[in-house]
Order: sequence, then C-alpha cells, then structure tokens
Amino acid sequence: MRGANGRSRFPLFVTLLTLIFLYTPLIVVAVASFNASKYGGAWTGFSLKWYERLFQDRAIWEALVNTLVIALIATVVSTLLGTLAALALHRSRSRFKGVYSALVHTPLVVPDILQGIGLLLLFVTVLSTFGEWIRRTFGLECGLGMTTIVIAHITFCLSYVTMVVLGRLQEFDRSMIEAAQDLGASGFYTFFRVTLPIISPGIIAGALFAFTLSIDDFVITFFVKGAGDTTLPIYIQSAMRRGTPAVINALSVIFLLMTFVLVFITQRLLMDKKETQK
Amino acid sequence: MLFKKTSNFFVGLPTFVWLLLFYALPVLIVFFLAFKPVDSAGGIGAGWTLSTLKELGNPNYPAIIWRTFWLGIVSTVICIAAAVPISYYLSRMSNQLRNVFLMLIIVPFWTNFLIRIYAWRVFLHSDGVFKHLLMFVGLADESTVLLYNQWAVLTVMVYTYIPFAVLPIYAVAEKFDFSLLDAAKDLGAGSFHAFRRVFLPGIMKGVWTAVMVVLIPAFGAYLIPDLVGGPTSELVGDKIAQRVFVDRNLPHASALSALLMLAVFLPLVGTLWIRKLKQRNVERRDADARS
Repeated sequence: MRGANGRSRFPLFVTLLTLIFLYTPLIVVAVASFNASKYGGAWTGFSLKWYERLFQDRAIWEALVNTLVIALIATVVSTLLGTLAALALHRSRSRFKGVYSALVHTPLVVPDILQGIGLLLLFVTVLSTFGEWIRRTFGLECGLGMTTIVIAHITFCLSYVTMVVLGRLQEFDRSMIEAAQDLGASGFYTFFRVTLPIISPGIIAGALFAFTLSIDDFVITFFVKGAGDTTLPIYIQSAMRRGTPAVINALSVIFLLMTFVLVFITQRLLMDKKETQK
Repeated sequence: MLFKKTSNFFVGLPTFVWLLLFYALPVLIVFFLAFKPVDSAGGIGAGWTLSTLKELGNPNYPAIIWRTFWLGIVSTVICIAAAVPISYYLSRMSNQLRNVFLMLIIVPFWTNFLIRIYAWRVFLHSDGVFKHLLMFVGLADESTVLLYNQWAVLTVMVYTYIPFAVLPIYAVAEKFDFSLLDAAKDLGAGSFHAFRRVFLPGIMKGVWTAVMVVLIPAFGAYLIPDLVGGPTSELVGDKIAQRVFVDRNLPHASALSALLMLAVFLPLVGTLWIRKLKQRNVERRDADARS
C-alpha cells in the first residue's frame, strides 16, 4: 500500500474506514426517516409522515421548551462562572492554583454517571434534612425538578467553558496588555478595551459548547430530574424503551442538522482565532 | 490587569464555591453514604452500618467488574490504534482538506449521544439493513441476533469514543516536525521503523491524554450497555442505575459508585503525578546543564 511519492497509504485507509464507520449508522437513520415503513427493514416508498407526526406530538414540544429553557439558563450562568475561573486561573501565581485547576479540570473526565449519582445523593441528603424546614418557613414545596436539573447542567458545562476561554487567553500575546498599560490605560479600561475583545470569540465558542452539551445531556438529567420532568433526550430514551418508533428517526435528523450548524459556527469562531494571530 | 492580586481571589471565588458545593461535595457524599442504611421509603436511614459494604460481596459482581474492565481496555486500545494513523494522516494534509476532515470527525462527537446509540439500534436491528446484508453474503441467517450482546456494546463504545481519541492525539501530531521523519528515512530507516521510533515517541503525550479521556468514561459507561447490551453484558454503570431506579437502594448505589470513583481517580492522580515528576526531572536536568 504505497502511493506515488513512496508514502504508505495505510493512514489514508484507516481514516476513510473510520469515517465510513462513523457515518453509516447515521445515514441509515436519515434514510429510514423518509421511509413509509415503520421499522425500516424494507423501502416501502418515500414519505414525510414521520415528520408530520413529530410536529403534531405535544409531548415533544413540551420537552423541547424544557430543553431550551434549561440550556439557556445553564449557558448564561456557566459562561459567566467559567470565564471568571479562566481569568483567575490565567492570572494566578498563587500556590493554590493547582487545587483550583484540578477542581475545574477533573470534571471533564469524571464519568457522567458518577456526576449524576453524586448530585442526586447531594440533593436527596439536603432535601431530606432541610426540605421540611424550608416548607414550613418559606411555604415552598421543594423536590427534584427543574431547579436541580439546571444546577447540574451549570456544573458540567462550567469546566468546558473554562477550558475554551483559558485556551484563548493563553494563546494571545501578553505584551498587548502591557503595552496598553504602559500607554497609561487603567486596569478597568484595559480589561474592557483589550482583554475582553480578544477573548470574546473564546467566550462565544465556550457558550456554544455549553449550549450543545446541555441540550444533549441525558445521563445526569435522568438522575437529578423529578418524576414528571421531560427534556428532549429524556423523551427520546422513553420512546426508545417503548420500541423504536419511526418518529425518532425524524427527530434524529433534525437534531443532526442542528448539531452540524452549531459545530460549523463554533469551528468558524475557533479558526478565526488562529487567523487573527498570524 | 483588571484587578490587583487580592481581587483576583474574588474573581475566582464564585466558581470555586460552586464547584466545591456541586462537584467536590457530591464526590465526598458518595463515599459517605456507602456507610448508611436504607430506610423503608427508599431514602437514607439514620445511623451507620457496614452491611452495604458486605452486600458488595454479591457473587454476580466479580464477573461484572471484570467485564467493565476488559471492555474499557479493549475499546481504548482499538480507539488509539485508529486515532494514531488518522492523526498522522490529518496533520500531513493540505489546510483546506484538513478542516473538512476534522469537521467530519467532530460532528459525530457533538451529535446527541442517545441518537448515536439509537442509530446503532436501527442499523443492527433484526430487520435492519446490516443483517440483510450479512444474510445476503451468507454470514448470518434469520435467527442471528446482532444486538443485545457484548460485541454490540464494544462496537458502540468504540464508535462513541473514537473522536475523543483523535482530538488530543491530532492536537499534538499537528505540531510534530515532520522533517524529523524525512531525516530518519535519509539515514536509512524504513517508513514503519521511522514511524515507530520517531513519530510515536513524538506524540506520546497526546496518546496518554487520549487513554485518559477514553478509558475513564468507558469505565462509567451505562447508557450503551443499557440500550444495545443484554443481561449478559451488564457493566458496573448498569448496576448503579438499577440500584437507583429499580430497587431504590441509594446506599448500595453509592457503595458501587465509590468503587468506580476509586477506579477512575487512582489512575488519574497516578498519571498526573508521574507527569509532574518527569517534568521536575527535566527541569532539574536543564538547570544542571546550565550550571
């Protein structure tokens, strides 16, 4: 397996094989979503009926609204907290930095099931200890629900935002800030006129990551949600458990298109960063 | 910059408090609740007990733990074996083509996890395309079941984690100086030899990062065995979920999670520690060389 220039073709072969492996199941689902047959074993004609049924299903719309509300709150809060953490980490020379960095970065590799169960146990402990007291003093009924889902989402999105913004901060030239300050700019002025514009593509990319992660999450949400709460992934899972209704094919295609657009925008922002550097 | 040294503390404080409350505290609680009894309502009882730990002696568990372990290792090895040539190929490509390929690898990475698993359920369905293809070639018959076994679990795990392995290895390979490979070849090394002795050591840091980001989530896999596996391919993650959602035994779930947590954190801390030691050695050598 050797090309004209004497280089091995093996890497090309592995790359193409992997791409085929990655895309075949997705393409099969996309094709099945236009198939009139319910189980997609044989092609029984082109049809858009699964898409129509999808738009008529009220439960899906409810799940969609929940998903978007959770994702928006989680994105705003985690972007703010994540950016602050990145700024603090970037500037810190303290001995404490290692601990802070571990606290921010280890959640990136901890399996989601452990984050899910940990948060569930925390919420259960807190609610069983203080739940009664809160109800008596504030008249608030509290339990697992949208609030616990939002807290969990902020927590796992935060580390990704910090990672992206910190990457951006480390890439740009420190001398720009020093130049601004040498020219007499105040710290406040430097931050808003120099630092912030430079890192803003990183902040936007981080926010998009957070949004994508939040609308995608199933495992952690499943652990910390209350009995009646649904999000799109929760809806998909329960539909899968009931069998494999063809509506999910259509929903998958819409999700895939959404992901394509989000990834495209994020990549654009991150690539733009490399060009401005040159 | 914006604030002086002391105020940097206040910039970092909110996130620190948040992570302490909602990340570090839950990790600790997992260990703590393993020693509490269950109450009749499915909550956590009063007092302390060792009975949950004794329940971990369940005769079914060694097989499940072993399966979690080997499926994690095998899927990591396969992912890395694919990711190294892919990263090599990507980093030698022209810029424009590379962006297209990178995007093609990143998209599945960001596609909804459930949908990726769902796609495999459709693909491997007993009435699906792949089985018909196998039957056509004569490799399967009507009774073959492609789903609900550990091979399905392994396939979907590799499918899910390949992009995780490619991204860190590619990030390092992209910065690799490929003229070193040409130099090795000029000096008479064969291309495989040059690849193994020059390229591989050069990207080792990326490979270790890839091992961590694949192996650790693989140990915690729960949805994949739950949706494409069967009773003979349950992993530790399934057991944790069953204790929470099926028989509502939170202390038992937390004991299992504590076990998994140790399996995750010990290698993680170990790797970071070794890296730090190595770095310190390099710094010392540099200092010696200078003096």
